[in-house]
Amino acid sequence: MSALKTDQRVPEDENMTGDSPTSPPPSNRSGNEALREMSNPHRGRAIKDLIARIAMWVSFFVAMVPLAWILWTVVSKGIHLLLSATWWTGNQRNINSSDVGGGARHAIEGTLMMAGVTALIAVPIGILTAVYLVEYGRGGLARAISFMVDILSGVPSIVAALFIYAVWVTTFGLDRSGFAAALALVLLMIPVIVRSTEEMLKLVPNELREAAYALGVPKWVTIVKIVLRTAFSGIVTGVLLGLARIMGETAPLLILAPYTKNFQHDLFNGNFPTLPMMINQDRGDFALASAAARMWGTALTLILLVLLLNIIGRVIAHFGSVKK
Amino acid sequence: MAKRIDVSDLNVYYGAFKAVEGVSMTVEPRSVTAFIGPSGCGKSTFLRTLNRMHEVIPGGRVEGKVMLDDQDLYAPSMDPVMVRRTIGMVFQRPNPFPTMSIYDNVAAGLRLNGVRNKKTLDGIVEQSLKGANLWNEVKDRLSKPGAGLSGGQQQRLCIARAIAVQPQVLLMDEPCSALDPISTLAIEDLINELKSDYTIVIVTHNMQQAARVSDRTAFFNLKATGEPGRLIEIDETTKIFNNPNEQSTEDYISGRFG
Ligand SMILES: Nc1ncnc2c1ncn2[C@@H]1O[C@H](COP(=O)(O)OP(=O)(O)OP(=O)(O)O)[C@@H](O)[C@H]1O
Ligand SMILES: [Mg+2]
Repeated sequence: MSALKTDQRVPEDENMTGDSPTSPPPSNRSGNEALREMSNPHRGRAIKDLIARIAMWVSFFVAMVPLAWILWTVVSKGIHLLLSATWWTGNQRNINSSDVGGGARHAIEGTLMMAGVTALIAVPIGILTAVYLVEYGRGGLARAISFMVDILSGVPSIVAALFIYAVWVTTFGLDRSGFAAALALVLLMIPVIVRSTEEMLKLVPNELREAAYALGVPKWVTIVKIVLRTAFSGIVTGVLLGLARIMGETAPLLILAPYTKNFQHDLFNGNFPTLPMMINQDRGDFALASAAARMWGTALTLILLVLLLNIIGRVIAHFGSVKK
Repeated sequence: MAKRIDVSDLNVYYGAFKAVEGVSMTVEPRSVTAFIGPSGCGKSTFLRTLNRMHEVIPGGRVEGKVMLDDQDLYAPSMDPVMVRRTIGMVFQRPNPFPTMSIYDNVAAGLRLNGVRNKKTLDGIVEQSLKGANLWNEVKDRLSKPGAGLSGGQQQRLCIARAIAVQPQVLLMDEPCSALDPISTLAIEDLINELKSDYTIVIVTHNMQQAARVSDRTAFFNLKATGEPGRLIEIDETTKIFNNPNEQSTEDYISGRFG
C-alpha cells in the first residue's frame, strides 16, 4: 500500500528536479509552480515526517520510563545507606536481617575480585580467539570455532553454572567456591569478548595491515602493534560491556558461590560474598524495613559499580582512540 | 642501493583465476619503469608479486621466477618479510597508521623491526621526510597525528615511511590518483629525485605522467574480461610513446582503445 503511494508520487518529484539548472530555462508558469512546491512542501511527506517524529519520541519515552523508574526506585530507597561511611568500610557480620547498619565492602570487594579473575581468564582467551578468527582462521576449524562461540553466547547462565557444577563438584569432587563461580562467568564472558573484538578487528582497514607488511613487518608484529592497537578502544569497550554483564549475573553465584557476610578474599575456600548474593540474602526478609533498605542500597551499589566501570572504559577508550 | 629485477615467465593467480600470464621483463636499477594498461589488466597484481605482497591475499599464488640481482625472491628459503623490507611499496590510497603521529609513522618500519635508538630514529625520520619533500611542512608538528595531513601530504608521508627502511626498490601503485595536480607534481618531482638512489616502478593511468617520469614503459593488456592480462611490450618510454612495436600499444596510447 505504502509502496504504491510512493510510486505515485515519483512523477511529482521528477517535476521538481526537472526544474534544476541543468534543464532548459522553464517558462514563467512552471517556474512559479516549482517555487510554490518548494516553499510549500508536499503535504503527504510532511504528515509522514510528523508521524515518524511522534513515533520516535513516543518509543523513546516508552523506553525511558522503565529505566527512569528503576533508577528512581533504587536511588530513592537505597541512597541513604550509601551516605554512611560504614557502608563502604564494613561488612554484614553479626548483623541480622532485622538489624540496620553494617556495610557492603565485603560484597563490593568480592564482586570486583570475582570479575577481575573472570576477566583475567576470559579476556586473553576471547581476544586471542577473535584474532585467530579474523586474522588467521580459514576453512573448517575457523567455522567450527565461530559456530561454537555462537552456541556459547546462547547458553543461559544457569546452564553454564550447572556445567561447571558438574565438572567442578561432581566430577572433580571439589568444593563450591568463588573460583568455581568465576569459571562459570568465564563461559558467559568469552563469547561477548570474542564477538565484540571480532567486530572491532574487522573494522581495521586491510590497507593498514598491507602498509605494515610492505614495510617488512612480520604478521604477528603487525597484529600486535597495528591491528590491536588501532582497535584498542573498541576492544576495551567490549571488555567492559562483558564485565558489566557478568557482574550482575546471579545464577552461577546461587549454584556455585554461597554467600557469606564476612570479608573473604580467598576464591578457593569457603563461601564468597558478592553484591548480587547480598541482594538475594536481604530479598528473603523483604518484609523487614531494614532488609529492604539494605537490598536497595546494595542494588544501587551494584549499579554504581557498573557505571563506574563504564566511565573508566570511556576514559581509556578516549585516550587510546585513533588520533584525528 | 638500487638493484635490478628480472622477471621470467610469471603467472599470477587468485585461487583458480589466472589474473596475469607469462610476464617476462627486466626492471633496470636507478631508473623509473612505468606500467600502463587498461583497468583490470593486472598491473597492480603483477606489481604486488614483485615484493611478495600478492601472497597475503587468500588464494594468491605465483608461478615463475623473480630475481633481484642474483637472489631468487620466490626461492623456498627466501623470507617474504625480508623481501618486503628490501622492496618497499606505496599504495594508491594514502594509508598512514591512524594511531600514530607523523614521526611515529615514518619511524614505524624501523621501530616495528626493533630499532630503538632515539638518535638513529631522529636522523632517519628527518632524512626520510626531507627525501619525501615533506620536512618543511611538518617539521614543527612531528608529534601531531599523521592522519591530520592533507591527502597529498599523507601520500608523501607514506613515501617517507617507505624509504625510511631504506629499500633497494620502490613500488608505487597509482600513487597520485587520489591527489590534486600540485601534489601530483610534488610527487613526480620526488620520483625524479629518488631515482638516483632507488629502482622505481610506478603504475599509472595517466599517460602524461608515464611520459614525464619514466625512463621505460611497460604496456599490459588483456584480450577480454576474464582472460589473464599479459605484458604486450616494454621499451624506452620515448619509443613506446612515439613508435611502439605493437599496434595495440599505439591504439591505447592514442586513445583509440576499446
Ligand atoms: N583480491 C582479488 N581477488 C580476486 N581477483 C582479483 C583480486 N584483485 C584483483 N583481482 C582480479 O585480477 C585482475 C587484475 O586486477 P588488477 O587489480 O591487478 O588490475 P589493474 O590493472 O591494477 O587495474 P586498475 O588499473 O583498475 O587498478 C582483475 O580481473 C581483477 O578482477
Ligand atoms: Mg590497480
